[in-house]
Amino acid sequence: MLAKEKQVLLRHIDTPELKKISVYEDTGGYQALKKALTMKPDEIIEEVKKSGLRGRGGAGFPTGMKWSFVPFNSGKPIYLLCNADESEPGTFKDRVIIEKNPHNLIEGIIISSYAVRCNKSYIYIRGEYAYGARVLQKAVEEAYAKGYLGKNILGSSHSLELVVHRGAGAYICGEETGLISSLEGKKGYPRLKPPFPAVQGFLECPTVVNNVETLSTIPWILNNTGAEYAKYGKEKSTGTRLYCLSGWLNKPGTYEDVLGMPLKELLETHGGGMKNGAKLKAVIPGGSSTPPLTPEEVDKMTMDYDDVGKYGTFLGSGGVIVIPEHFCLLKLLERLTEFYWDESCGQCTPCREGTGWLYKIIEGIYHGHGKESDIADIKKTAGNMMGTTICALSDAAAMPVLGYLKKFPHEFEAHIKTGKCPYGETH
Amino acid sequence: MIAFSPENESKFQTLLTKYETKRSVLLPALHLAQEQWGFISPEIMVFLATKLDIPPAHVYEVVAFYTMFRKKDMGQYFLQVCNNITCTMMGSEEIIAAVREELGIGLNEMTEDKMFSLVPVQCLGSCDTAPVIQVNEDYFEKLSPETVKSLIRKLRSGEKVESQEERC
Ligand SMILES: Cc1cc2nc3c(=O)[nH]c(=O)nc-3n(C[C@H](O)[C@H](O)[C@H](O)COP(=O)(O)O)c2cc1C
Ligand code: SF4
Ligand code: FES
Repeated sequence: MLAKEKQVLLRHIDTPELKKISVYEDTGGYQALKKALTMKPDEIIEEVKKSGLRGRGGAGFPTGMKWSFVPFNSGKPIYLLCNADESEPGTFKDRVIIEKNPHNLIEGIIISSYAVRCNKSYIYIRGEYAYGARVLQKAVEEAYAKGYLGKNILGSSHSLELVVHRGAGAYICGEETGLISSLEGKKGYPRLKPPFPAVQGFLECPTVVNNVETLSTIPWILNNTGAEYAKYGKEKSTGTRLYCLSGWLNKPGTYEDVLGMPLKELLETHGGGMKNGAKLKAVIPGGSSTPPLTPEEVDKMTMDYDDVGKYGTFLGSGGVIVIPEHFCLLKLLERLTEFYWDESCGQCTPCREGTGWLYKIIEGIYHGHGKESDIADIKKTAGNMMGTTICALSDAAAMPVLGYLKKFPHEFEAHIKTGKCPYGETH
Repeated sequence: MIAFSPENESKFQTLLTKYETKRSVLLPALHLAQEQWGFISPEIMVFLATKLDIPPAHVYEVVAFYTMFRKKDMGQYFLQVCNNITCTMMGSEEIIAAVREELGIGLNEMTEDKMFSLVPVQCLGSCDTAPVIQVNEDYFEKLSPETVKSLIRKLRSGEKVESQEERC
């Protein structure tokens, strides 16, 4: 378990009133910004590359590399958008930073904006986080008053305007191009890539989209160097991250620890083990879009970007959901498939139709109306949904369903054979 | 004629200065309108379209796309129960049953006195404190059938309920 004083993101999180700028400054806050402003933007990008930091929003793309794709001399303004949409079921880590340590995020945004030559930035926060948006708004005002935001920050040549922008209830606005459409005042329709946002994003201008946790890590890297950051974790999975533990555990919550730690240890130490000594059935390792793990896999897997691939899954958003033996997986899938069907924006036929079909087949099996042919239909439908659409929501809906089918076929069969839910779920 | 209150009009004018395009102001303007009127009627959509120089059809489709914009009156207290994976595992069905019993309404219905309405919602980003309910904009976490009933009774009787600010 990572000691508190070694933590990158949550070290000071329990400090009373940390959300106030003076308290944040007392913990060493805004020192990294002062340092950054004495450096050249490219030196900061270099430092972030050395850290090995990968995006914490789900896709795990190297942050320094993403920044270096921006055409700095196109003559167009460059935008930095902070993705605080956090709507992947099982994920609630960004909320902790936003509500308790908003200045950490703001400092990260200011430094990052300087690195990518951006003078205008938005925090796109999911609409439901109304309290978080108020905390952020207040913090942004404090930062302006102190000269950390606005024109010529701390007397430097760098200027930044920062706006807190609320979403309004749409999972798809977490997808970076959906977010951009939404910020333009439109429906949150994702756009085909390429062109990538780094080249052509918000209002057709070069745009960097980064997750809250990713940006909040930047001040620590500036204070301690990229090389120090890379000492945490493993070779291609450097650093620490926030794990959101939920479900059948004694101590659900948001915990920081290194990448590459054994999943079992994460659940036992931070999570406090299974609630009421229940038996483990499955674990979703990185938000609802990631395929599940069996208990045997949970015993072996480590939380690093490469190892998870061996088990057909992903680290995703850090949302670890623990499922006990008594919870019906078809019931879980019924909720899950309904979610993706609900949230599909409808632009692509395979996604719009496929999410609906998956939901209907799963719902039928769960309610005891399943047929043997349903299994083949699930595989066919899910197969057609992958790699054929504008954005990854379609894959995110199909992949987990196939994962449950592959790893827990007996639960499907038991429902289909007996014509009822073996867990006695009544409908 | 529909108009923002003087306070909201000045907030709206500030919004116009913060964004690159008027169209980008649509979401914040809709939030402001919902704060003032409780829901977004067709008249409000036309009002905002005029203020932002965009076609009314554009406002309609945006309002329809985003679930948080209420298309009709949802009463004084809008109860939004999460029924995604973790909340379901931790008992949101019992929470919904308790609310239904207490209020005598089903999902997507409103009480006759227009005090409460009940809808299911997707994951609220609070799974570690499941099951969760959002009442208007405030979260209430780690609920049980008893605590959710007592919350409703307090809201009904006008007894003070701590806001998220006060609890955090
Ligand atoms: C359907 C879908 C939903 C997503 N939701 C989020 C989200 O809520 N928050 C987030 O940071 N990234 C989300 N992403 C990932 C973003 O598209 C993008 O990769 C990320 O914001 C980049 O930031 P990062 O490199 O710092 O991770 C989502 C992706 C998809 C396909
Ligand atoms: S894959 Fe689905 S969510 Fe993504 S753009 Fe296509 S229809 Fe919309
Ligand atoms: S599942 Fe209910 S808050 Fe996430």
